[in-house]
Amino acid sequence: MVERRDDYHQCYEGKIRIPSGCAVAGFINKTGERVNGGTVAEMMALMHERSNGLGAGYAAYGIYPEYRRAYAFHLILADHRTREEVEAILARNFRITEEHEIPVRRTGRYKKAPLLWRYFCDPLRLDRDGALDELLLATTMRINRLAPRASVMSCGQDLGVFKGVGYPEEIAEFYRIDQYRGYSWIGHGRFPTNTPGWWGGAHPFSLGEIAVVHNGELSSYGTNKSVLENFGYEMSLRTDTEVMAYAIHYLRRQNMSWPLVAKVLAPPHWAELERMAEPERELAAALRRIYGGLLMNGPFSIIVAFHGGLMALNDRLKLRSLVAGTSGTDLYLASEEAAIRQVCPRAEEVWPLPGGEALICCAEEESACHVA
Amino acid sequence: MPRSLILPEFLVHRDEGRCTKCKACIRQCGFGVHAEEPDGRISANEQRCVNCQRCVVMCPVSALKVTANKEIGRENAYWSAERLREIWRQAESGGAILTSMGCDRNYPVYFDHLLLNASQVTNPSIDPLREPMEIRTFLGRKPEKLSIAGPPGEERLAGPLPPGVRLEMPVMFAAMSFGSISKNTVLALAKAAKQMGIMFNTGEGGMNPALGPFWDHMIVQVASGRFGVDSAYLEAGRIIEIKIGQGAKPGIGGHLPGEKVNEEIARTRGIPTGADAISPAPHHDIYSIEDLRQLIYTLKEATDYQKPVAVKIAAVHNVAAIASGIVRAGADIVVLDGLRGGTGAAPKMIRDHIGLPVELAIAVVDRRLREEGLREQVSLVAGGGIRSSADLLKVICLGADAAYLGTAALLALGCHLCQRCYTGKCSWGIATQDPSLTKRVDPEAGAERLVNLLTAWQHEIKEFMGAMGINALESLRGNRLQLRGVGLPQNELDQLGVKQAGEAM
Ligand code: SF4
Ligand code: SF4
Repeated sequence: MVERRDDYHQCYEGKIRIPSGCAVAGFINKTGERVNGGTVAEMMALMHERSNGLGAGYAAYGIYPEYRRAYAFHLILADHRTREEVEAILARNFRITEEHEIPVRRTGRYKKAPLLWRYFCDPLRLDRDGALDELLLATTMRINRLAPRASVMSCGQDLGVFKGVGYPEEIAEFYRIDQYRGYSWIGHGRFPTNTPGWWGGAHPFSLGEIAVVHNGELSSYGTNKSVLENFGYEMSLRTDTEVMAYAIHYLRRQNMSWPLVAKVLAPPHWAELERMAEPERELAAALRRIYGGLLMNGPFSIIVAFHGGLMALNDRLKLRSLVAGTSGTDLYLASEEAAIRQVCPRAEEVWPLPGGEALICCAEEESACHVA
Repeated sequence: MPRSLILPEFLVHRDEGRCTKCKACIRQCGFGVHAEEPDGRISANEQRCVNCQRCVVMCPVSALKVTANKEIGRENAYWSAERLREIWRQAESGGAILTSMGCDRNYPVYFDHLLLNASQVTNPSIDPLREPMEIRTFLGRKPEKLSIAGPPGEERLAGPLPPGVRLEMPVMFAAMSFGSISKNTVLALAKAAKQMGIMFNTGEGGMNPALGPFWDHMIVQVASGRFGVDSAYLEAGRIIEIKIGQGAKPGIGGHLPGEKVNEEIARTRGIPTGADAISPAPHHDIYSIEDLRQLIYTLKEATDYQKPVAVKIAAVHNVAAIASGIVRAGADIVVLDGLRGGTGAAPKMIRDHIGLPVELAIAVVDRRLREEGLREQVSLVAGGGIRSSADLLKVICLGADAAYLGTAALLALGCHLCQRCYTGKCSWGIATQDPSLTKRVDPEAGAERLVNLLTAWQHEIKEFMGAMGINALESLRGNRLQLRGVGLPQNELDQLGVKQAGEAM
């Protein structure tokens, strides 16, 4: 087989941190009905101007019904030698039940794409609660240490991330995302300000059961990073979104509900907090005291896909746009209202998300969709 | 007594044309420099002058000027005037040279080689006049995991948190004992701490009854002399601080001479009037880290686990490993006192030649604790040489939760850094117990000056944070990416964990 590689070895990304602006979009059907990736790709395509062709990607839940219980590792690899290394790392803790190259459409632009591989695997032994989370974390960290030769796009159950260098519509075309059907989708287009672009640096970022798309820049990156390092996370991809994904992962490992996760990432101001009633105030104050280092400071809008739902959140000052719209049991999220109107001209309600207030929407449960 | 060969360090110039012979200088000088001669002239015994500038500031007709006496001999780049004087003084006295305040030698000042960041375009700066800027912080142990009960949407805390103390801004007044400073000075600090929502520290001077209204803002220190330590004392403080060492004199004990131990100091410290108050170099019940653990838990037991226990050490070469041991021994707060930290009295050689700049100490301890996964459990406090809001922010970016101000607080009260606190003659009424001098610090007016200083720093901190695009202090702690080094070699940058100016994020 011919070795393919991207120009990963000469780019900055993965070595320095890149600030970037972006477009994000999300979709979920509250009844859990699965739709193909065309909708979210169309939303992203409309926001073409918000990306500069240096990175785009999609994540979807519910795309592997035939492998629901398996952990789907999506990998970006430099070559087959790296693949063998990665396989050895996987084999330490997982039994690989199925593996193949991720099917792509070979368009002219992607003659030199990296090797994209998919494994479905089962964990070998799990002796205690939380062991799986740690296993996925440790395995991901171990593989990402090989960056930029290898990076994990995603590793969750029934979850897949597809990303790379290009405009959102190019990446959608390349990965054939209209061929996958999922009940929730998130999409992303990057506008990094000073990088040649690198496949592993595109969004979504995913770890375990969460995938994140993010528009923004974190002034708190240094603090967030050092706190996460204290808890054993390694920032090998050096983008703000990596930190965001790991922070969410860490908080979920602490058994925190999504509204509480949002309260850590974008906590109420102290003045607001003083006005809350007990015991809500006490809890909010404790969250700030204990997890203050994971407060995400600076402009951001994020959409997080998790098992069974989506969460959308803006920074406390609302320094990035994020709009939601509903139509029947569908929820749409996008950086721009136009993207929602494009795919859903008859949206019943369209509203901008307020700063610091999470919108959490869960599928398959009636009226589980609420504003936290 | 043979004639001293040492020329005076300072020269007192009196403009006879302006001088009205009002004798204010005679009254103002704590060191007995000025005197009225039989012929009505006012003379100055320059040998005694310490250049505290009190007489200069107070002279109603501005007739006085005090300058350094540069012409003392053929000093050169190697044999500075300071070194010559030290040798002559020791040749005459046969003793170690005493001094006060912090190390004043020109070792590198890392603060002055660090620059802060600001936002442009990709990340908006924030206007502190329009948006809230949160500079509150907490000290105390943090649980590894918050235990939460209740169904989603109705969660509440499942149990109490370990005790913590809230600071409305990330500074506290450093330990300064009643004895080393006057009661009025202690009261000024206490009042200002209360007004600003921060803490002051009793030092090892015990607790004066006048401090009653300020207990909520008081850190009580347990030092090797254990002066004034009883259960009422421990109960009164919000934080208990075990003092192992002090940046100005690492490894050295303390000594308050008997002549300064007046009745009130004796009562506060629980010792006889006129007796020397000696703090041994080590705690005689702490010869190892296990012993420290016992003391930490003794104090926690004694206060029913209601107070965070801090351990203060001088920053020394092995500080990272020591700090890690202290955390493992159960301390909730680790205080690192750097090379520049002040003191009421210390041997000059010790003060000037032992220790580590606090910038390095905080950086290496923060890193070590993170490597060991301990950093998020405890608070780290920096002391020793914080001169401005910029220093404060830089030390927070290097990893501190808060900083102690000692010298800066005394300067706000009028101190002119003459480094003669050990004489007990402080003309500014700060480091003295002489009632004619101590009344010069009015607790109310002093507190107001301290509040002014801290308020000014608050404004500056908020401007800095706004420029960085950060609106909560917790996002600055350990945020080394907001710092860049200028003029530092690579290994120093590595120790600080900071990138070279010019390097990207
Ligand atoms: S008041 Fe201070 S400066 Fe003035 S003569 Fe006395 S010691 Fe010197
Ligand atoms: S406190 Fe007084 S004696 Fe000490 S340095 Fe300041 S002015 Fe001099």
